[in-house]
Amino acid sequence: MSAPRARALLQVSELSKTFGGLEAVSDVSFEVREGQIKALIGPNGAGKTTIFNLLTSVLPADAGSAQYDGHELLRLPTYRVAALGIGRTFQTSLLFDQMTVLENVMVGHHLHGHTNMITAALRIFGASAEEREYRELAMDALGNAGLADLAGRPASELPIGQRRLVEVARALASEPRLLLMDEPAAGLNMRETERMGEIIQQTREGGVTVLLVEHDMSLVMSISDEILVLDGGRRLAEGPPEQIRNDERVLAAYLGEEALD
Amino acid sequence: MNATAETQPQPVAENEALVMARRRRAQKLQILSLFALVIVLPLAVRNSYYIHVIIFIGLNLILATGLNLLMGYAGQVSLGHAAFFGIGAYASGILTATYGWNAWPAMLAALVVTCLVAWLVGRPTLRLKGHYLAMATLGVGIIVSVVLRQWVDLTGGPAGMKTTGITTFGWELRSDADVHYYYFVWGWVCVLTILFANLVESRPGRALRALHDSELAAQILGIDTAAFKVRAFVISAAYASIAGTLYAHSSMRFISPTPFGFQTSIALLVMVVLGGQGTLWGPVVGAVTITFIQEFLRPFGEWEIVVYGLILMVLMVVMPGGLARGLGMLWHWGRERVGRLRAARAGGGA
Repeated sequence: MSAPRARALLQVSELSKTFGGLEAVSDVSFEVREGQIKALIGPNGAGKTTIFNLLTSVLPADAGSAQYDGHELLRLPTYRVAALGIGRTFQTSLLFDQMTVLENVMVGHHLHGHTNMITAALRIFGASAEEREYRELAMDALGNAGLADLAGRPASELPIGQRRLVEVARALASEPRLLLMDEPAAGLNMRETERMGEIIQQTREGGVTVLLVEHDMSLVMSISDEILVLDGGRRLAEGPPEQIRNDERVLAAYLGEEALD
Repeated sequence: MNATAETQPQPVAENEALVMARRRRAQKLQILSLFALVIVLPLAVRNSYYIHVIIFIGLNLILATGLNLLMGYAGQVSLGHAAFFGIGAYASGILTATYGWNAWPAMLAALVVTCLVAWLVGRPTLRLKGHYLAMATLGVGIIVSVVLRQWVDLTGGPAGMKTTGITTFGWELRSDADVHYYYFVWGWVCVLTILFANLVESRPGRALRALHDSELAAQILGIDTAAFKVRAFVISAAYASIAGTLYAHSSMRFISPTPFGFQTSIALLVMVVLGGQGTLWGPVVGAVTITFIQEFLRPFGEWEIVVYGLILMVLMVVMPGGLARGLGMLWHWGRERVGRLRAARAGGGA
């Protein structure tokens, strides 16, 4: 799957961001190749989530570039980044709490719908058909994720494990080519983490490239094709899991944090 | 039904789909029963004063429904919604009375003017984070109020102006029988309520509710949140404009600046919050309650606004979700209790 010859889907060059005097991300370059599962790891404050925020224009970058499939991401508004085929899940599972689980996933289809306010209000030009179609698609997606019996529940009622699964289902409903996942296993128990690992691998098999920030090292080591290690906003090491596991600089950075493996 | 669901895990999902379909059908049924009530009400209420009040409930309901789209779904506040009501009323009033237009094209022209003003106000302010729209609409409210009073040549100033009736292909809506206007206004209420219900349960409606919950998560799914907020604002202004036109051509055949001032803007806000933002029934509950309060407090003038303040304060403490939601919760609680009692009795019997 991760043949080194595959072309780069995302090419990040010399990305930098400072908060006040603090260099959160400095001069970070890396690429994500099509079909890869790539992990960003590093101690707390290494700048992993900041990189996600820069790539999705949640924060403006100070310098650098991020080329995705021929487009420069860094100056696009967030919704345009999404339209290019980049999905994202959040550390805190940002579900739409006032809506049902099914409606959450239906919002995931937004980019592929055409109904506007006028056609929706008048139910003309296929608005009803589109509504039915997306309701069924969303129901299928929930079924595949094993969440079908939660469809009508308000999202606010779900425990964290299910929230994460719904968020992934919602992100996949937008049919991204690249999915950025911010700590998908945070707060999950061992069984749920394993399930999340399977889902991430299935996602890749479905043709989606995955860039992952994760603290759970056994998960990262077991599913990633390549790992980029950050420390203090800088690139520390990059390579396949076996190489990272034995890298002395990485071990030193993590000393006192958590053991690798 | 229950037995099969317990023995086989598969039908659970199907049951879930059924439950949701039933919920949607129940909502349709609720709307239809409201319409049925609208049709038979004049048969029961013969008193023309009450018919008049119910017409006002209809106008307030149109206004509150529009504002509900903005507040309850897009999460933005308009503090000058009466201004759009006023633009709608005066634009069609002036075009018909002064320039001799037919009421229908005048209504359309008023709608275009109102939407344009809303778009010009909403586009720059809704791109910013925070409640800038509330500030901007407060300004619009003041400006419109001043223009209606000062531009005497056009509006007749504080003394107001006479308007005309509505003529459709040579057939004039009779002014002497309020019941005709009642059906006319409530016909509009029904149509605009259906459009609203359709909109809310659709791609753009979900986009609005989504951005209300989390703007970031909405944007990451490709929703241009600023654009959707502007559209919601324009539509809410359009609803106000239609209500304005209906008001201008009502049987009084007269408009003055007073109903389009700050006090009405606040009353509309209270209707939406009292009824329950983001619910289909909230505006109904709010419009009925506030219209009666308005009628009751008419002799007391400025005290009206004090009452609104009190309502808001008490509501925030006791029922922050609004009356429609609170009553709904009470209803479900009651039904559950009855169900449990029945189950207990059946269990005891067996």
